[in-house]
Amino acid sequence: MSPHDEPLVIPVATEMDITLVRQAVRQHATRLGFSLVDMTKLVTASSELARNAVKYGGGGSATLQVVRQGGRNGLTVTFEDSGPGILDVDAALRDGFTSGNGMGLGLGGARRLVNDFQLHTMVGVGTRVVVTRWL
Amino acid sequence: MDRIPILRIGDLLLVTVQVDMHDRLALALQDDLCLAICSRDTRGVLIDISALDVVDSFIGRVLADTSAMASILNAQVVVVGMRPAVAITLVELGMTLPHVTMALNVERGMDFLRNHNRSLDAPSESAGTLVPA
Repeated sequence: MSPHDEPLVIPVATEMDITLVRQAVRQHATRLGFSLVDMTKLVTASSELARNAVKYGGGGSATLQVVRQGGRNGLTVTFEDSGPGILDVDAALRDGFTSGNGMGLGLGGARRLVNDFQLHTMVGVGTRVVVTRWL
Repeated sequence: MDRIPILRIGDLLLVTVQVDMHDRLALALQDDLCLAICSRDTRGVLIDISALDVVDSFIGRVLADTSAMASILNAQVVVVGMRPAVAITLVELGMTLPHVTMALNVERGMDFLRNHNRSLDAPSESAGTLVPA
């Protein structure tokens, strides 16, 4: 994927797809020249968010897009689901908060692992999380 | 379904994770390990994760849970070979795995288990000494 490439959309329906998201992010981050630590952080954040989309959002998609800003490249991954949405965003971003059986580290943890983090959610409509790590 | 192989060396079990585990594979490994621990006398379990370039909160939790389960079954788990980038990421994620015993590599992990088992076999000092009447 060069900076001009089309975004890559990966359906995220089952937990097996979480592995596919990890693979795709790993591949693209490596090709863009991310350091090992930065790549590991982005892949891990993507894994958490893909799992959220599967477990809480009833499935959705992950979209990978190479982005460029002020002469530097980055990788943006957008997670979208049409699940129940998040009622209390502040609580959901706090460590230890979970409505499932996880550790409650997913959302807040993912935010710490990336440079840019945007969360859009609407109850009854769905959730979109956009994360970017810059080179 | 795929399974992660478990090797037995005497009373030790050795697991080398060589694939990017999906969630169910990790849970299957947890079950298999508990069964293997109980099937024969097992004192220690080495889990080598040096091939894993990502450990997310799910895999981290499976490692922590497996370690706790083994402990209840009287076996000591040592996780070995964690990559530096994985350690950095786990801590930033908020997962410090305080109750999981770690070692640098398989050799160090083996050393740890040997010493651990020796101290278990030795008569406990805290239990006091029986003085013959």
